[in-house]
Amino acid sequence: MIPFSYAALLSLTLPEITVAVAGFLLLTLDLTVLRKSAVQVRFGAGALIACAGCLGAILLLHHAPLGTLPESMLVVTPLTHTVQIALLALAILTVLFSTASRITGHVGEYLALILFATVAMMFLVATQNLLLIFVALEFLSLSLYVLTGFDKRSRPSAEAALKYFLFGGMSAGFLLFGMSLLYGLSGSIELPRIAAAFGGPTLDPLLLIAIVMVAIGFGFKVAAAPFHLWAPDAYQGAPTVSAGFIASSSKVASFFIFAQVVTVGMTVAGAQRVGTPGWVPVLAILAAVSMVVGNLAAIAQTSVRRLLAYSAIGHAGYMLVGIVAHTSWSLTALIYYVITYALAALGAFGVLGALEAEGIDKLSDLAGLYRRAPGLSFCLLIFLLSLAGIPPLAGFFGKFYIFASALAAEPQLRLVWLVLLAVAMSAVSLYYYLRVLKQVYVADGPKDAPAIRVGLVPRVTLWVVAGLVVLLGCAPGLLLRWIGVQ
Amino acid sequence: MITLLTLLPILGGLLVLVFGSTREMARLIAALFGFTGLILSLLFWYALDPNLPGMQFTQYHVWAPSLGIEYHVGADGLGVLMLVLSALLVVFSLMASWANEKLGRTYFALVLFLEAGLFGTFTALNFVHWFLYWELSLIPAFFLVRIWGGPKRARAANQFFLYTMVGSVALLLAFLALFLATGTFDFLELARQAHSGRLALELANNLPWFRGEAVGPLLFWAAFLGFAVKTPVVPFHTWLPATYAEAPSETTMLLTGAMSKMGVYGFLRILLPIFPQEMQHFMKPLLWLAVATIVLPAFAAWVQKDLKRTFAYSSINHLGYCVLGVCVAAQLTGTAPHLAAERAAALTGVLLQIFSHGLTAATLFWFIALLERRTGGLRGVEDFGGLRRLVPVFCGLMGIAIFASLGLPGLNGFPGEFLIFKGSFPLAAVASSVSVLGLLLTAIFLLTVIQKVFSGPVNPRWEAMPDLTTTERVALFPAIALMFVLGFYPQLITGMVHGTVMQWIAGGGL
Amino acid sequence: MLAWTIYLSFLGALACRLSPTKAMARVLALVTALAGFALSLITLARWTPGELLTVTQVAWIPQLGLSYHLAADGISLTLLLLTGIAAMAGILFSWNIEHRTQEFFAFYLVLIAGVYGVFLSFDLFLLFVFYEIAIIPKYFLIAIWGSKPHDAHGENAGALREYAAMKLALYSFAGSALVLAGMAAVWALAPNHNLSFEALTQASFPAHFQMWVFPLVFLGFAVLAGMWPFHTWAPTGHAAAPTAASMLLAGVVMKLGAYGCLRVAMMLLPGGLAPWGFHVLGFGSWRGVFAVLAVIGIVYGASVALVQRDFKYVIGYSSVSHMGFVLLGLMTLSLIGLDGAVLQMFSHGVIAGLLFAVAGRMVYDRTHTRDLGELSPMRLVEVIPFAALVFVLAGMASIGLPGFSGFIAEFQVLVGAWRSLPELVPVAGVGILVGIAFTWRALTKVFYGDAPDDVPKPALPPITLPEKLGSLLLLAMTLIVGLYPRILMDLIQPALQSPLFNGLRLGGPR
Repeated sequence: MIPFSYAALLSLTLPEITVAVAGFLLLTLDLTVLRKSAVQVRFGAGALIACAGCLGAILLLHHAPLGTLPESMLVVTPLTHTVQIALLALAILTVLFSTASRITGHVGEYLALILFATVAMMFLVATQNLLLIFVALEFLSLSLYVLTGFDKRSRPSAEAALKYFLFGGMSAGFLLFGMSLLYGLSGSIELPRIAAAFGGPTLDPLLLIAIVMVAIGFGFKVAAAPFHLWAPDAYQGAPTVSAGFIASSSKVASFFIFAQVVTVGMTVAGAQRVGTPGWVPVLAILAAVSMVVGNLAAIAQTSVRRLLAYSAIGHAGYMLVGIVAHTSWSLTALIYYVITYALAALGAFGVLGALEAEGIDKLSDLAGLYRRAPGLSFCLLIFLLSLAGIPPLAGFFGKFYIFASALAAEPQLRLVWLVLLAVAMSAVSLYYYLRVLKQVYVADGPKDAPAIRVGLVPRVTLWVVAGLVVLLGCAPGLLLRWIGVQ
Repeated sequence: MITLLTLLPILGGLLVLVFGSTREMARLIAALFGFTGLILSLLFWYALDPNLPGMQFTQYHVWAPSLGIEYHVGADGLGVLMLVLSALLVVFSLMASWANEKLGRTYFALVLFLEAGLFGTFTALNFVHWFLYWELSLIPAFFLVRIWGGPKRARAANQFFLYTMVGSVALLLAFLALFLATGTFDFLELARQAHSGRLALELANNLPWFRGEAVGPLLFWAAFLGFAVKTPVVPFHTWLPATYAEAPSETTMLLTGAMSKMGVYGFLRILLPIFPQEMQHFMKPLLWLAVATIVLPAFAAWVQKDLKRTFAYSSINHLGYCVLGVCVAAQLTGTAPHLAAERAAALTGVLLQIFSHGLTAATLFWFIALLERRTGGLRGVEDFGGLRRLVPVFCGLMGIAIFASLGLPGLNGFPGEFLIFKGSFPLAAVASSVSVLGLLLTAIFLLTVIQKVFSGPVNPRWEAMPDLTTTERVALFPAIALMFVLGFYPQLITGMVHGTVMQWIAGGGL
Repeated sequence: MLAWTIYLSFLGALACRLSPTKAMARVLALVTALAGFALSLITLARWTPGELLTVTQVAWIPQLGLSYHLAADGISLTLLLLTGIAAMAGILFSWNIEHRTQEFFAFYLVLIAGVYGVFLSFDLFLLFVFYEIAIIPKYFLIAIWGSKPHDAHGENAGALREYAAMKLALYSFAGSALVLAGMAAVWALAPNHNLSFEALTQASFPAHFQMWVFPLVFLGFAVLAGMWPFHTWAPTGHAAAPTAASMLLAGVVMKLGAYGCLRVAMMLLPGGLAPWGFHVLGFGSWRGVFAVLAVIGIVYGASVALVQRDFKYVIGYSSVSHMGFVLLGLMTLSLIGLDGAVLQMFSHGVIAGLLFAVAGRMVYDRTHTRDLGELSPMRLVEVIPFAALVFVLAGMASIGLPGFSGFIAEFQVLVGAWRSLPELVPVAGVGILVGIAFTWRALTKVFYGDAPDDVPKPALPPITLPEKLGSLLLLAMTLIVGLYPRILMDLIQPALQSPLFNGLRLGGPR
């Protein structure tokens, strides 16, 4: 038993504890005092507690100490703080969006699950211990499965949850297998130790298998092709808020840990030149396939959510390029990209959530939206254009940063083919985003369609997110400062 | 001063467009500017010093030196002669259109723009803005034919435009090549270089594309094409009869009187000074082209049924004499001083012929316009008969004009043609002899016209035809008077152009 | 102060969107455009030749070495003036838009802001940001307010203009994607990752690197400039767009592409133009490839324009042809050729604006057809003579007649091309000839068609004051520059001789 200080554990995990406490408090309150109240009240109170908890955690994170626990169980750096703050912010936004949804009467459980998932993610990004990674990952996944299937009245929701669960279970198996191989080959479950154990010019074939397994496991999580088959159904079937949560927060955390595992845990095995075995070619292939499959499949979609799902797969491809380059610049770019992507995706789902009550799901239902809900339309314009990578929005800068840093990685310009492919696919993506916007702005809807009324809280939240997307696009330095170039 | 003269009609045209809401107002403004232009040009005539060599009234401004483009204008005897001719003919054309109800403000504006184009062409000394004015005169002419012309005007206008355009493009390309070789567009400079032999050197050095000797002739024929279409020279003349016939007769006055002279002017001002060796080299083909231009249209005029077409072909024929004179003068440039008198005669004849043919032809078409107005558009040779008894004054005056065209001594047509033949017989005997055929044929068809239209049994259809009104007689008087004056006293013109002609003979250029 | 051209346009867009009445939106838009143009004029008045005016320079994203750097040299100022003119004219010609007026002017002004930004940017990243900002408004302007082809109605029409809009947006975006890749590569290799132009012109990139990044970037920009064979978005897009958008698209936005070719590809990566050392299909360098593509564009554009049935397509293809001249001028790599290229950018911007104004606003908005066959019997010269006049003048300018801005521009390009790419000059000349042909065909078919007398003339609303003002503005601009090109040449030539262009090692004035 390695001795470690519980006091240190406490001080390092105070933010997580705060959020967890908030979750329990919320659950308790909802199941007891507010049992008989109206859904709006319960949502309101629950949201209040949830936001309070998250905000408290954010404040704590500002002043939280840095440190490392033995066996790399917790490795808290300024970067992890930043990512955790981002996750908490996304959680707050999700909760605020959920106040308008009417999919369920189990308010407390729903919000609590969101908070628990957030806790899981906070742990996930702070640890470099294989076991803890797996635990946190499974904790997150379980929460997300339930969140996906939460709408009991909807068959697609249940179907989506089941598919997600089956896929997730299988990929967890792969991941575990890969991790056990890593442990077996290196004798340690700490990422830095694993890396150190793999010096030498030749690559053990078993290590290659381990790399592939790990890639499969994480690839599933980030919805990279060819492990993406759960994503379209999950995004389409799940309740809109859940889908938004999956698309935003879990992406941030998953990519972060994926990058962490690969760059910290397998750097030596990472090979400096393409052609020698290592995880670089594996991830490069994954990136290329994701970009192509995601963008090309999105063109044919008629449901907005499936379109967003496939576009998410495409974006996962771009983000993988950042990992493939594995320089400090490109990892910074990755984090910037994924956070801003999360904001835009969450915003897009938020808009769809606000329109859920009107029964709008297919592309054709969006016709004439500019007349019925001009504010919503404008917010959707911002989010989709950010996803397409149009300046001066955040998505554009993220793309530029990732591509530029990928090209700058030593030896320079070795990733040029990947970047060219990414740029080409990015150009393709504008087509389907414009199709959505065409429906919103150009097409004329039914003549007598009434204006759409949106609740105050979701509306303000949408404008805040839109504002953030624009702000981070015009002044990316605001976020880059916190991510820092290591 | 020249710039003022050139811009005045443009200003006039714009004023007509803006203020000429009624026909009366429009023609008044147009007449005002027309007369002012005439007076100004006469002032130039008066101010020109015939003994001074070279260009007078020059103006020079740098425009784009790196491209060899400057604003360089000037006038010598030839230039002033053309200016006066153009101004005079525009005034005549305006007077002819005074009473024609169909012609409104746009028509008058276009005539004034055309006048500006003419003034500009005859005074510009740098190719670029010379070409601008050359094209600028084409466009109003096109519209004048296209809009107010006869039933087949579309085809005629298109043909006119296309032919002239092709010629202009050939001219443009030739001068572009000259520019690329020498770096200048200035006519005077190019003439100097040609005279000193430098031009050939530069062409050989700077246009490596072509074999050295082939460049000069190629450029010469290209430039020749441009002017040949305009003059016109057979076989590039086929646009002319249709255009002259379809254009309203008032416009045809300008076309035949002034615009056709642009071609001859081009020969004199541009082709002769810049390509003297080539002209000498190709003397034979050029002479035969001139002869063809004299003889063939005369045959054609003989068989025409439409009076306008008759006179159109006659125009070509008369201009053929000018071409003959120019070619002949080129033959001796720089050699055989004892033939200077012949060369001077030929050149002076050309200049006289330019002016007098302009005057005569314009007047003839004026008469046709008057006739058309009385007959509702009919102008076939066979349609009339015995008009002499019905409208004696009209026939009398028109008869004078026809005889002038014929070259009767005492009228303005004679001195020019006489001098040309005097100069060309010693130098190109065969060509001149064949050209005499043209004289003969002209006499034949013109007399036929007189016989069929004026004499013969009275055609009862026109019994009620009114004779010339007092206004018309007054308007026609200056033209007829000029015919006599120039017939008896051609020194009026020869005195003014004397200096220019002498300089040409002496210096072989400008 | 020049930066306010951008900011005012954005503010104006917002104000228009939020404006309560359509009339107010129109006035606000015009005032904004006027203000932008005034700012450029004031800068012009205070300009010293050859100066590089730094407007703003602040660190933007220091972590990446990117700065917010706005500056203007002579080339930028020329194009800023063009933008101001085109913006004002476009708004005047859109005065009659009634459908979603506020949004129209909002999108329009955002597009203008993006264009101003591109011309003012002196940091590569910033230039790209503004370049892409301009793409989305284009899409919406065409998709929502575009015009339908003459044989489509209702549903079909909407689909066709959405197709045109999408094609245009995707082509532009694809082009900019190529540029993004190139820009990322340049950033990767730039010292300190500094993307400001001054730093980049001093950084020497390896020759091998420049050899493949240059065509990437040049091609990316050339797509927007309408280089053959990537031009197919242009005629479709321009024909479908509403008049103001077509004017802006053909007039200014295509120049964004050409400007990018010059400013980014050629100025920053001049090594890409060097000979490869080997030959593929007869080409030895990217310069040869792009020069040939440019000339093909000139001839192809003109030839296809000659056979079009749709009036707007004629003009759309003529734009492709004229942009070919710009690209040819760029590839001459001589001072005179590049000067001609930039001048042609300005000149064609104004002329295209005029042509589309006539075709779209004056003719199509009234007759609701763009088919030449249907327009012929309408005898539009009698119904809307002002439009005919404007089109005649615009046509003259378009074929490069001296006196209009196109002449000096095309002439300089040809002279520059003659020195370094002489085989291409005759081909370009052919293109000019075809250009004359299709202009004339369009003119005669649309305005001077013939109809049997019993077919009544259509009763069309008269030309409104904003249209007249817009036409006068554009005509004045092309005439001013045509008659006094020094006004722009004095801006452009010193800029081309500044240290920024050292890498191109431009030849002297001749």
